[in-house]
Amino acid sequence: MNASNFVESVDFTLYLILGIAVFFLVGITATMIYFLFRYRKKRNPVATNIEGHVGLEILWTVIPTILVLIMFYFGWSGYKPMLSPPDDAMEIEAIGQMWKWTFIYPDGKTVDSLVLPVDKPVKLNLKSPDVLHSLYIPAFRIKQDVVPGGSNMMWFIPQKPGKYDILCAEYCGQLHSYMLSSLTVVDEATYQTWLKSAPDLSNEHPGLTLLKKNACISCHTLDGNRLVGPSFKGLMGRTETVIVDGQEKEITVDRAYLIESIKEPNAAITATYQPGLMTPYKDILSDADIDQIIAYIETLK
Amino acid sequence: MSETAAMPLNYLNVKKGIWSWLFTLDHKRIALLYLYSIGAFFLVGVVLGVVMRLELFNPGRDIIEPQTYNQVFTLHGVIMIFLFIIPSIPAVFGNFFLPIMLGTDDVAFPRLNLFSWYLYIIGALFALSTLIYGNGPADTGWTFYAPYSVKTGTNVSMSVLAAFILGFSSILTGLNFIVTIHRLRTPGMTFNKMPLFSWALYATSWIQVLATPVIGITLMMIIAERMFGVGLFDPSIGGDPILYQHLFWIYSHPAVYIMALPAMGVVSEIIPTFAQRSIFGYKPIAYSSMAIAFVGYFVWGHHMFTSGMSGAAAIVFSILTFLVAIPTAIKVFNWVATLYKGSIDIQVPLLYALAFIFNFLIGGLTGLVLGALVVDVHVHDTYFVVGHFHYVMFGGTGFAFFGALHYWFPKIWGKMYNKTRANLAFALLFIGFNTLYFPMLVLGIMGMPRRYYDYLPEFHSLNQISTVGSWILVVGLLLMIFNLVAGYLKGQKVGGNPWNGITLEWQTDSPPPLHNFDKMPELPAGGPYNYPNAKSE
Repeated sequence: MNASNFVESVDFTLYLILGIAVFFLVGITATMIYFLFRYRKKRNPVATNIEGHVGLEILWTVIPTILVLIMFYFGWSGYKPMLSPPDDAMEIEAIGQMWKWTFIYPDGKTVDSLVLPVDKPVKLNLKSPDVLHSLYIPAFRIKQDVVPGGSNMMWFIPQKPGKYDILCAEYCGQLHSYMLSSLTVVDEATYQTWLKSAPDLSNEHPGLTLLKKNACISCHTLDGNRLVGPSFKGLMGRTETVIVDGQEKEITVDRAYLIESIKEPNAAITATYQPGLMTPYKDILSDADIDQIIAYIETLK
Repeated sequence: MSETAAMPLNYLNVKKGIWSWLFTLDHKRIALLYLYSIGAFFLVGVVLGVVMRLELFNPGRDIIEPQTYNQVFTLHGVIMIFLFIIPSIPAVFGNFFLPIMLGTDDVAFPRLNLFSWYLYIIGALFALSTLIYGNGPADTGWTFYAPYSVKTGTNVSMSVLAAFILGFSSILTGLNFIVTIHRLRTPGMTFNKMPLFSWALYATSWIQVLATPVIGITLMMIIAERMFGVGLFDPSIGGDPILYQHLFWIYSHPAVYIMALPAMGVVSEIIPTFAQRSIFGYKPIAYSSMAIAFVGYFVWGHHMFTSGMSGAAAIVFSILTFLVAIPTAIKVFNWVATLYKGSIDIQVPLLYALAFIFNFLIGGLTGLVLGALVVDVHVHDTYFVVGHFHYVMFGGTGFAFFGALHYWFPKIWGKMYNKTRANLAFALLFIGFNTLYFPMLVLGIMGMPRRYYDYLPEFHSLNQISTVGSWILVVGLLLMIFNLVAGYLKGQKVGGNPWNGITLEWQTDSPPPLHNFDKMPELPAGGPYNYPNAKSE
């Protein structure tokens, strides 16, 4: 059984075209090499001028035309069903933002990776709050661009239980290649259990929800590892060297510094990190939101 | 004084000094100005490409940060496309040989020709200025897709302005060639008696003149949006990002043919010369260039099959994409048929031409994979696309450029390079190229997206093979350059026609005199490739 309902038509068309391609590549290359030896100067000192041949020209116009029309036909007939999802498909909102995926189930359950029941059609409604992304599930052979302000969708039927990669295929900035998620296909019973019991993002610390929602954790880890920006772990109270107006300065991270760094990150950037990369959040996060975030950071000892 | 008197005057020794080059109106000297500047930028692009391959040798960080990597692949693309491959063959070999092959003494507008080169240099300096000025080079990819290109803090405006200026250089060169071909052919040379290289340049020039303005307008729209907040492409201020993609590809797809057609023209010259017989199917080859140029305008949507395009639009763009493959197929069959019953002298320019056919076949046939709608959904924006266009652009046009360099080298400088070393460099380039790019096709089918700084573990070994290929390629490239420079400095002197070619450039001295011909060139009887020593059928 294939991973999704589209694997068969994609792979068939791919191998059909590759088969024809290999035939022509090998045939033409072999002919070239044969002529090179058969008609080399030593063996054939006098060339023959041949201006052309109408029959041959017609032949090698008509045959490729027929072949490419066949390729077009299979390309189109496999593509057409991708445009029309069945009416009973489960609709999930898939949000791509720099640089994470969020999925909202019909009952409001919000997660960062998909869990789906086997053999049930699913339709993903694709939204982006910032720039272009593209939701790509290589094992399912499908991708669709996530266009800000647009309303693209993709649909599929998972056919084989397992865990599959979800990648971003449209370049979206610094951490494009880290914008990964996964899709786990399970049987109906496991799915129902997961739906009810798995921890829901809405139950977590509201500060963490805000960090995820604004993709802060794409650059700042919660576990002490260094990414694009400093980790949040143990941040509060730490002594840091920061750069203010080009001068190095020792400070102790406190509430005021965190608020400043969220609103105007470049005012006092931690030494060894690159300035200018983080968006100032002064117009994006409310003071109440910032309070929640700092409250959460304080818990990360 | 007595020494110079002994040497026949040619375009190289007729005047001396830097100003005689910087203010020259001679198409041959302008061609060399282009060759040296384009060659220099090509090497910068190569270095950036090697940096990317080194970073991708292992997953995770090897040598540079993600942001740097994104800027490196953007600059690599901008330099290779706008500074190398678009001008490459037309600006260097077109400038040098179009007037000579038409039997005339210069292009129609020599001053405009020099102005085009200065525009090229100004555009190039603008592009490189982003390295030291503003917030660093653009990190958008050479496609400058909105709204990321509107939002990012890097110096997109300057990069885009550079592309805008380079566009004018391209338009003016195209205009110059069209007028030259229409007005300056030697008496008796009708359109159907022109060498096929002129036909290819003619088709190319029309695309340059008609398509380039679209990218100029589009890039100005990006600047208007970044500087004045005009809502054109960013939906958060009322724009449409898909509009940008349409406008971008309305130029940039025809631009692919600006890059490919002149290369096909070069191959159409090299093959009959080394087969010593008439080209098979002159008219099909000539007219298929025009067909490619025409149909090539209407296929841009195939870059956008996953953007949410309607089914009806997808059908039209897919069918036209398949149809544009046919004139290309016709050319390939005619080139191969030209070897039939030839008297083939296997020299390095011919090897480059045949390598062009092989690489371009892989590039074209993988294009069919991408043209099929259902497969494109899977492989779009993956390494398959990266492999595909490097096979077309580098394996195709790049190899034709090297072939042209080896073919016309003795004509340009009147000397010959070391042929054994040239063959060795060719072999390294061919093996290195295929080792570098073939794994990318497989990676794409496996699902590795393009523009990835880091990748999943299953892509590791193929990325390593690809990087090793880049090392072989670089060795071949350095050997080729060394060999050509050595040939220029102390190569053996050659006569006017070392390859026994038949087109008009082989009737004059090597290097040619300032006004190209000391006596009126004679058209070969019975067609431009009608070799008098060959049997007729």
